[in-house]
Amino acid sequence: MAEELKVIVFMLGNEEYGIEVDKVRTIERMTPITRVPKTPEFVKGVINLRGVVVPVINLRGRFGLAETEATENSRIIIVAANDMEVGFIVDSANDVMDVMSDAIEVPPEVVGGIKAKYLSGVAKVENNRLLILLNLSEVLNRSEIVQLEQFGSES
Amino acid sequence: MELNQYLSIFIDEANDHLQALNENMLRLEQQPEDIGIVQVIFRSAHTLKGMSATMGFEDLASLTHEMENVLDLVRNDKLSINGNIFDTLFKCLDSLDGMIQDVVGGGTGKDEVGELLQRLKAIVDGDSGGKPAPANSASSATTASIVLDQYQQSVLMQSLESGYRAYFIEVTVREDCVLKAARAYMVFDVLERLGEVVKSHPSVQEIEQEKFERSFSVYYITQTDEEVLKERISRVSEIESVQMNAVDKASLAELQGTTTDTAATERETAAASAPAPSAEAETAAPRRAPASSGGGSAGPRTIRVDIERLDSLMNLFSEMLIDRVRLEQLASEIRRSDLTETVEHMARVSSDLQSIVLKLRMVPVDSVFNRFPRMVRDLAKSLDKKVDLVITGAETELDRTVIDEIGDPLVHLIRNAVDHGVEPITDRIQAGKAVTGTVHLRAYHSGNHVMIEIEEDGRGINRSKVLETAVKRGVVAAEAAKGLSDEEVNMLIFAAGFSTADKVSDISGRGVGLDVVKSKIASLGGHVSVQSTLGKGTTFSIQLPLTLSIITAMLIKLGSEKFAFPLSSIVETATVKRENIRSMHGTFIVEYRQSIIPVMSLAELVDSPDYRDQEEAETEMLVIRKGDKMAAVLVDEFIGQSEIVLKTLGKYLTNLDLVSGATILGDGQVALIIDPNALFK
Repeated sequence: MAEELKVIVFMLGNEEYGIEVDKVRTIERMTPITRVPKTPEFVKGVINLRGVVVPVINLRGRFGLAETEATENSRIIIVAANDMEVGFIVDSANDVMDVMSDAIEVPPEVVGGIKAKYLSGVAKVENNRLLILLNLSEVLNRSEIVQLEQFGSES
Repeated sequence: MELNQYLSIFIDEANDHLQALNENMLRLEQQPEDIGIVQVIFRSAHTLKGMSATMGFEDLASLTHEMENVLDLVRNDKLSINGNIFDTLFKCLDSLDGMIQDVVGGGTGKDEVGELLQRLKAIVDGDSGGKPAPANSASSATTASIVLDQYQQSVLMQSLESGYRAYFIEVTVREDCVLKAARAYMVFDVLERLGEVVKSHPSVQEIEQEKFERSFSVYYITQTDEEVLKERISRVSEIESVQMNAVDKASLAELQGTTTDTAATERETAAASAPAPSAEAETAAPRRAPASSGGGSAGPRTIRVDIERLDSLMNLFSEMLIDRVRLEQLASEIRRSDLTETVEHMARVSSDLQSIVLKLRMVPVDSVFNRFPRMVRDLAKSLDKKVDLVITGAETELDRTVIDEIGDPLVHLIRNAVDHGVEPITDRIQAGKAVTGTVHLRAYHSGNHVMIEIEEDGRGINRSKVLETAVKRGVVAAEAAKGLSDEEVNMLIFAAGFSTADKVSDISGRGVGLDVVKSKIASLGGHVSVQSTLGKGTTFSIQLPLTLSIITAMLIKLGSEKFAFPLSSIVETATVKRENIRSMHGTFIVEYRQSIIPVMSLAELVDSPDYRDQEEAETEMLVIRKGDKMAAVLVDEFIGQSEIVLKTLGKYLTNLDLVSGATILGDGQVALIIDPNALFK
């Protein structure tokens, strides 16, 4: 039985990405970010989300893509996974879409320059669009950050 | 029946009872003759049994039941308690604890209790000489067949207090009576019309099924006269005799003395044991009173509140605090006197509220300390040492967050004290010390901090041995080792990968302990130090902050960024001319009150994007302190001091050694809190 999956659709460059709707807490406009020293480059800092301090990362930087200046359309998607809340800075977020589970395929090795382990699948949706679904627990994997930190402190 | 809603109550109370059992067993071990303590233990075990059976935890119930049998013999002087019985009972307590923890973890509370049951049964059969008399044979005739439970007793007591009369009525039907049940029914009918039957023996059902010989008895409350009552009952046909005994408060109290389910016994024994010399007993006694729930009006009036609710109260309050700071800013900008007044009043109210909210979260350290007597007993036994644990200041209160975290470090330090500190008995005799070692565990307030001390009269820290090991393990260079002060040498035992124990035991001595203890305490904003005299003993002192939620901090500016420094570690703020900062061996130093202290640039430490202090002719500096070390931190500008609410950065950002947390400022921006301890490296 194919199940219907609701996903939040957002843009990074020209690609469309999706995160399951139940993993998303809220979507915020850009707010002032407080820089946190001694963190990897893609960690932009922390924001005040209605009294809770939430770290924010730039998803482009996380995937090793070139970071761009924030624009009017930039959004912070607050996701909750692996027992933590983290904000993702994305180029824009403007859609919620239903995806049938049988339309999701295993991702190829590299999609748009992003390693396959960060992806949980690629969905074909109407009008021949391709939607890249993120594997959140891998994106938020701490051990990789720890490695990055060690790398940073050694260099 | 849906029992889930009672589960948390069950767990709380079961833990309370288990703790009481542990404490009282330890006391009993000290004073084996004190039957009063046995009564208290019996009571706890009995209540635990009842609770477990109600909740359907059969293993718990059957184990407590057998324990009860043993205890019953002991309190009736049919069995004298000995080491074997103590060990078995302690094993039972461990097993009970395991089962309750299993229940806490969502399990079914099952355990292999077969062996323990066997042992308990063997004690009952073997040591009692095969004549375990039935419990009720010894009691007097009136109470022989009827035992009132706590509820029924309190009903009787309350009725007496509100002017009703209570009777113990025994009705005997004639021998040739054919329809005993029918006659009994008629008697009950009469009784129920004139008052209320509290308890009958045999039970009403049994009487209805004619399961009684010739007589039955009831506890009865009424306002009717004794004579009238007697006459009415006798009017029922085929009744041979009606015995009526008035029950007054005195006899009821006596009754309470003979049954086990009463709070009165507990209170009496608690009161009797209070003057006992050991500090342990003293702390245990006051705890009894509130534990006797439903036992009466005595004791402080408390309610149990879900911890999460307190946390969310705290969160909401901190939100308000942020708004308050914001309002104060606005009021000072707008300069309208009535607005300023209102805001000032609100500030006062909210600071009162703050102290209450913080107090709500305070928990006596007793909740951590109470497991140590048992632990020390077991440890000493397995190490073949004699150790007394003396606890003082168990009522000292600490923030719940601290309480939750401090347990493990304390366990480790106490294990260390018993294992490494206190010498084996032979060594103690040789050294001319008392055979029994003493470990003091103290807690007390000291200014804005709480101190916890662990002091033992053991062998003390051996300086040369510590240095030797430290050099061997590469903790410190051989050259540097010579110049270290005694205090610094003592602190070496907190270094990672350090252990002086000659042989590794499973109690302590894996060398992975004390450094963890130190970092744990540091993460709580605390500080641990150690003093020691060779041959005399060692004292570990832990300094902990009263609360972790709201601190006073100095806010500073660094270009466009703002940071907070905990005020507790700031000695002074000052300005310094650039030319007075000198370089020595590559580190910058400054003269401060006739001493030379190192200078750090916060801008460099945090890689400030838009501020460099080199460009300034005169800069502000904060003088901070850790222990007896001082350092100066150069900053851009002081904003001022303010109460800030601590927030964590979340789980995603950890291992940040420079930043201990964050706070939200009045303008809604997040400011990072610098950890001054991390600046001393």
